[in-house]
Amino acid sequence: MPQRLNDIRSAWRWRPVATLALVAGLVAACEGGASDVVGGGALTNVNAKITLVAYSVPEPGWSKVIPVFNASPEGKGLQVVTSYAASADQSRGVVEGKPADIVNFSVEPDITRLVKAGKVSPDWDKDGGRGIPFGSVVTLVVRKGNPKNIKGWDDLLRPDVEVVTPSPLSSGSAKWNLLAPYAAKSNGGRDSRGGIEFISKLVHEHVKLRPSSGRLATSVFVEGSGDVLISYENEAIAIERQGKPVEHILPEQTFKIENPVAVVTTSPHLDAANAFNNFQYTAAAQTAWAQAGFRAVDPAVANNFRDQYPVPVKLWTIDDLGGWSTADPQLFDKNTGSITKIYQEATG
Amino acid sequence: MTRSFVGRTSGPEAIRPELAQPGSELQPPPTVRTISRPGSTQLRFGVTMLWLSLIVLLPLTAIAWQAVDGGWQAFWLAISSHAALEAFRVTLTASVVVTVFNMVFGLLTAWVLVRDDFPGKALLDVFIDLPFALPTIVTSLVMLALYGKNSPVGLHLQHTPPGVMVALAFVTLPLVVRAVQPVLLEIDRDVEEAAASLGASGPKVLTSIVLPSLLPAVLSGAGLSFSRCVAEFGSVVTIGGQVPGKTEVSSQWIRALIENDDRTGAAAISIVLLSISFTVLILLRVLGGRTARREEKAAA
Amino acid sequence: MKSLPWARYLTRYVVLAYIGVMLILPVILILWRTFRPGFSQFYDWISTPAAISALNLSLLVVAIVLPLNVVFGVMTAILLARNRFRGRGVLQAVVDLPFAVSPIIVGVALILLWGSAGALGFVENDFGFKIIFGTPGIVLASIFVTLPFVIREVQPVLQEVGTEQEQAAATLGSNWWQTFWRVTLPSIGWGLTYGVVLTTARTLGEFGGVIMVSSNLPGESQTLTLLVNDRYNRGAEYGAYALSTMLMGVAVAFLVVKTIVQVRRKRARQA
Repeated sequence: MPQRLNDIRSAWRWRPVATLALVAGLVAACEGGASDVVGGGALTNVNAKITLVAYSVPEPGWSKVIPVFNASPEGKGLQVVTSYAASADQSRGVVEGKPADIVNFSVEPDITRLVKAGKVSPDWDKDGGRGIPFGSVVTLVVRKGNPKNIKGWDDLLRPDVEVVTPSPLSSGSAKWNLLAPYAAKSNGGRDSRGGIEFISKLVHEHVKLRPSSGRLATSVFVEGSGDVLISYENEAIAIERQGKPVEHILPEQTFKIENPVAVVTTSPHLDAANAFNNFQYTAAAQTAWAQAGFRAVDPAVANNFRDQYPVPVKLWTIDDLGGWSTADPQLFDKNTGSITKIYQEATG
Repeated sequence: MTRSFVGRTSGPEAIRPELAQPGSELQPPPTVRTISRPGSTQLRFGVTMLWLSLIVLLPLTAIAWQAVDGGWQAFWLAISSHAALEAFRVTLTASVVVTVFNMVFGLLTAWVLVRDDFPGKALLDVFIDLPFALPTIVTSLVMLALYGKNSPVGLHLQHTPPGVMVALAFVTLPLVVRAVQPVLLEIDRDVEEAAASLGASGPKVLTSIVLPSLLPAVLSGAGLSFSRCVAEFGSVVTIGGQVPGKTEVSSQWIRALIENDDRTGAAAISIVLLSISFTVLILLRVLGGRTARREEKAAA
Repeated sequence: MKSLPWARYLTRYVVLAYIGVMLILPVILILWRTFRPGFSQFYDWISTPAAISALNLSLLVVAIVLPLNVVFGVMTAILLARNRFRGRGVLQAVVDLPFAVSPIIVGVALILLWGSAGALGFVENDFGFKIIFGTPGIVLASIFVTLPFVIREVQPVLQEVGTEQEQAAATLGSNWWQTFWRVTLPSIGWGLTYGVVLTTARTLGEFGGVIMVSSNLPGESQTLTLLVNDRYNRGAEYGAYALSTMLMGVAVAFLVVKTIVQVRRKRARQA
């Protein structure tokens, strides 16, 4: 009996412990980092690190701009760690304590939430750039060859067309996607009933899914659901560049997308964050944004890329609707917004 | 998530699986003071209760608290909303179908693993546990690779209920098998042989002697399988596509509610989901325990 | 029971087909997709800095979860197996609860409890100790889902082994610690090891609970499963498959270890 006890004890005790120690040792020897790029694209001599919390689709842009920043004198040795998810979700996360030094959301209300929570200065948009270093327009993404012959907003209401667009309760993309047809059909907000009627028909009869972010809407569309995806032009360009069998159409009337960037004032790396923020407005950064599929705000850079970024017949902006402070509560308030109500009726 | 399945060659567990099953009503021997000092039992009890409270009870209480935060009106509204009901329907349908499927194929698999013999059987036996060890997100990607848009076998199940069911069948594959195997190993073959020598045909022996004694184990495995299906999230994420009314399961709807900043609704749905899976789990265990005891009495 | 040969073959091949389609086919496909571009490509994608950080974090979580679960799990198992008290059934049910809880619900519960707006939000707000969006959150979620494993593997062994050896030791004059260390612990050795293997596998594979409570920042708060999800979401499909294959390899390694443990256990009992 004692022999058996010793046997058991010795056998099960030392071997697994030894393996564990070996693994732990090997792992401790390798250093980790934030870069997930293959082939050593990691930054050397990192002496500071800031966290960028962004909405779900700007990754192709930031991946281009951050290396340009690191190559510049202001950005030497400053590592930028990025997080991408649905805009409102990220915004609420930061309010609740998600670590962030600089934020880039899809729509202004998600920044306003942080201002109210004391995390962003109320003057974030008072400088020359108005807090918006890049933007895009709302486009319609269809299967390659446009088999259903989609040309504009009215085609979305055809009986055989299924539309994919994210849920406005969590996604910033969703708000832009619905503002575009709303503005078009309500003549810039003047005939709000006409606009709401169109949205109602669209959501009730043609929208079957509710992906929680712009990026998830794209995934679901690429995987085979739906006929039309309403999305940012930059997202459409990104997936086309990935080789997916899609193309995008610019409707005659569409909406100007402006994505804000703001520094979190409670950040321990305020100088670094400000440097990064200011860098976005330099020509080098603006060129990188334009190359990544976004519409630059710098007029000179925008001019260089004007062939790539056609101007629609009518481009509505949020100012036409009275600015976010008017439009957001009216249309997207969690309980009383007219578009939110449509969504809740339609999708439960 | 598996019962210990090494066959017990002796002891009361051989014919009374419920002794080994938590939730059974059998009592242990009276308190023994061998490994305890006087009073250390209370200490042990206190520490254990503290641990379980902190880790399990406190978080679940927080959910219950949040669920009734808006009053019973808000609770009812949240669990009877169109999307919630659809999600429950999708979840329960898929779970029932997959559980029944598992009961049949799990039983067959356990049978083959115990009573049959062929080269590679031992390897197969080890492999059965793979779904336990695999992270659910990996399962989801694997399912998508096989049954998604680029399926090499031409089966396109992405964003359809069968796609969700296939993923669920994968993760719950071992549950019934591992519940039935040890019991099958322990079955007293004398009874079968006696019945056969008395002239009972093969199928008759099967249905009147073997299957009834396996029933408690099958039910126990089915209970685990159902609970797991109802609670599953990671493995249906990519292949399901979260299509409301078709493939959106309750755990996904709960997450959507959190992302939409509706905490009360999320908590309410969570309570309902918890109640369903916990009730079924306990019910089938008790049922299994009772059936086992009845079997014993009949055999005695 | 003598069964008809055709019934036997039919059952066997039906089961083989079932296992083949459900288990083997998916695994082969993933392996093929991962290694077709070559092994170096695979290695590159599992050794990016973010992947290494994810591995470090996952292992760190295991290193915290395991000892806690072993210590408290054994304690609970002893309590359930050896003591008789009112409410024992309730305790048993509480131990079983994590099996019935969806990982998403675990995440929701932890947010409601430890979030800055939660019931115990003072921990974060006043002491600055982040649980949600910090490593403790991931640890708590992992402990929740792995709580039953050690207990459920050790308790039946304790009940089966009985108390004769412990009583004998007591009469021979050993105190409670000696009895525990030299008699009880070795007797539950294999059950405990089995529970440890299950706990580790489950912790490494936890996804649903972790995705709710983690801030998901590459290099800081991403576990291996979160990184797989991240890669898939941003379109780095091959990277997601490569990491998945690595995790699958780890899972297979666990299966092998588990089998060895079981075989040893059987042999030890028969000795």
